[in-house]
Amino acid sequence: MTKKIKNLNLNFGPQHPAAHGVLRLILELDGEVVEKADPHIGLLHRGTEKLIENKTYMQAVPYFDRLDYVAPMNQEHAFALAVEKILKIDVPIRAQYIRVIFCEIGRILSHILNVTTQALDVGALTPSLWGFEERETLMTFYERASGSRLHANYFRAGGVHQDLPKGLEEDIAKFCETFPKIINDLESLLTDNRIFKQRNVDIGVVTKEDALDYSFSGVMIRGSGIPWDLRKSQPYDCYGSLDFKIPVGKNGDCYDRYLCRIEEMKESVSIIKQCLAKMEKGPIKSLDGKISPPPKAEIKESMEALIHHFKLFTEGYRVPKDEIYTAVEAPKGEFGVYLISDGSSKPYKCKIRAPGFSHLQSMDYLIKGHMLADVPAVLGSLDIVFGEVDR
Amino acid sequence: MKNLVDLEKKINSELTTKINTTEIKHNQIYIEIDKEDIIDVAIFLKTNQDTKFRQLIDITVVDYPEQNQRFEVVYLFLSHEFNQRLIVKYLIAENEVIPSLTSIFPSANWMEREVFDMYGVSFKDHPDLRRILTDYVFEGHPLRKDFPLTGHSEVRYSEDQKKVISEPVKLEQNYRNFDYESPWEGTKYIKEEIESNDKKN
Repeated sequence: MTKKIKNLNLNFGPQHPAAHGVLRLILELDGEVVEKADPHIGLLHRGTEKLIENKTYMQAVPYFDRLDYVAPMNQEHAFALAVEKILKIDVPIRAQYIRVIFCEIGRILSHILNVTTQALDVGALTPSLWGFEERETLMTFYERASGSRLHANYFRAGGVHQDLPKGLEEDIAKFCETFPKIINDLESLLTDNRIFKQRNVDIGVVTKEDALDYSFSGVMIRGSGIPWDLRKSQPYDCYGSLDFKIPVGKNGDCYDRYLCRIEEMKESVSIIKQCLAKMEKGPIKSLDGKISPPPKAEIKESMEALIHHFKLFTEGYRVPKDEIYTAVEAPKGEFGVYLISDGSSKPYKCKIRAPGFSHLQSMDYLIKGHMLADVPAVLGSLDIVFGEVDR
Repeated sequence: MKNLVDLEKKINSELTTKINTTEIKHNQIYIEIDKEDIIDVAIFLKTNQDTKFRQLIDITVVDYPEQNQRFEVVYLFLSHEFNQRLIVKYLIAENEVIPSLTSIFPSANWMEREVFDMYGVSFKDHPDLRRILTDYVFEGHPLRKDFPLTGHSEVRYSEDQKKVISEPVKLEQNYRNFDYESPWEGTKYIKEEIESNDKKN
């Protein structure tokens, strides 16, 4: 007697703690082996690109915080750079250092979250408790500089919104001294942990060829052994003058990607230290009154400053007709902005290239033939945040 | 090719018949082609030893509703080997079907689905052309310039019907789009008047 066996369809999500957000993943299972994965995304789609087309350049910045909400300032950076290149304005050196410091803080924020929740997905609870304490410290730095823990709205075309408050530089320096110890603690829990290795080594292997074909970037491409980092290859702001290494994986599996992230956090700490050492007092935004708003005190005395203030916060600055693609190395990979300006004070089009979108797309290729229990491990190592995938 | 100018020459000489214009701007090459040639151009860019644009970064469309050929399709390429970026563009009319790049770059799959969802541009030979970002029952293409910012319908949970229902958008107050045209430079009609007077004189 023969029995017909039918594959089982399983809905993973949209509300699943290991889905890292709202992902509906439809899995076709043969026993416990995944035959096919079909991610349904868009549950967090807010129409960011449409909204940006209807806002001035300055009003568009907060939308970038809400994309990858784990590392908000890295996204703002891409937009600020795009506008700066079209306007052809220079950023004061102090502003460049401040931006790099906060981008690296964002990188640490994102990597802590990813490494510890990946550990959580495969059964280790402690790392997330330790890691989140550090994230809290870092978010306080965000708050002290910008006034808000998550949605910073701090970067501007031409610099940053305001200078760092007194004492913040010293506190960030102190953090740089204590944080490497925390990374070591995390590593002692995970790197040689037998269970963690069993769950991650040789899972979700990506070859060099496939990493290129599937448009991977960031840790996903470096984990497969391609030394590619936009901070090194196409340096922006002051990255060219800083000394840091690019950690590269060997096997392209989940474990290598974890190791890359750990090493990158150490590099980030060293970058922040270098910036703090090199930083000097000076202006923190472009001195062009047609782009940067004047200081409050000046408005009360100077007619010109008052006019500038009024024009900047009603009409906004105009950007000449042009088009440009700028990308930055966000914690998750290449985050790009394809901006088309038409001479008015609002962007004509602003396409956002999110790294997570290409990464999640390869889910079917990555998970085929793996067991159901590997789905959270692979998903965790892709480093998906739905704010940027769905936009 | 190490140098952008050399690369521009190389592409122009190898693909003479297929390239309409090339331009170097912002350290990137912008190429305009015809719709029919995209497959050939993409294969050349990907496989040629002097270009090696191995990665398709993104596909998008720009909507110019006042033009005859309304949509401009944009492809962004990246070459890791030579550290260069290249942008390929072509114009199409509404309802025109364009070739899919999925057979050359697997990553084009979702990018093309997004373009289809957002602009309603269809792709030939795409394995799985479904909506991707919008809701399952969504109608219209949100990133077209003639799609209103507020959308056409909104969803809510109906206590009577015990299910989520979709209704036309009802706003307490219309979306306000202020005209910030600088009064110092004169509003548009005054400006036009002045300009025409200037021409007469």
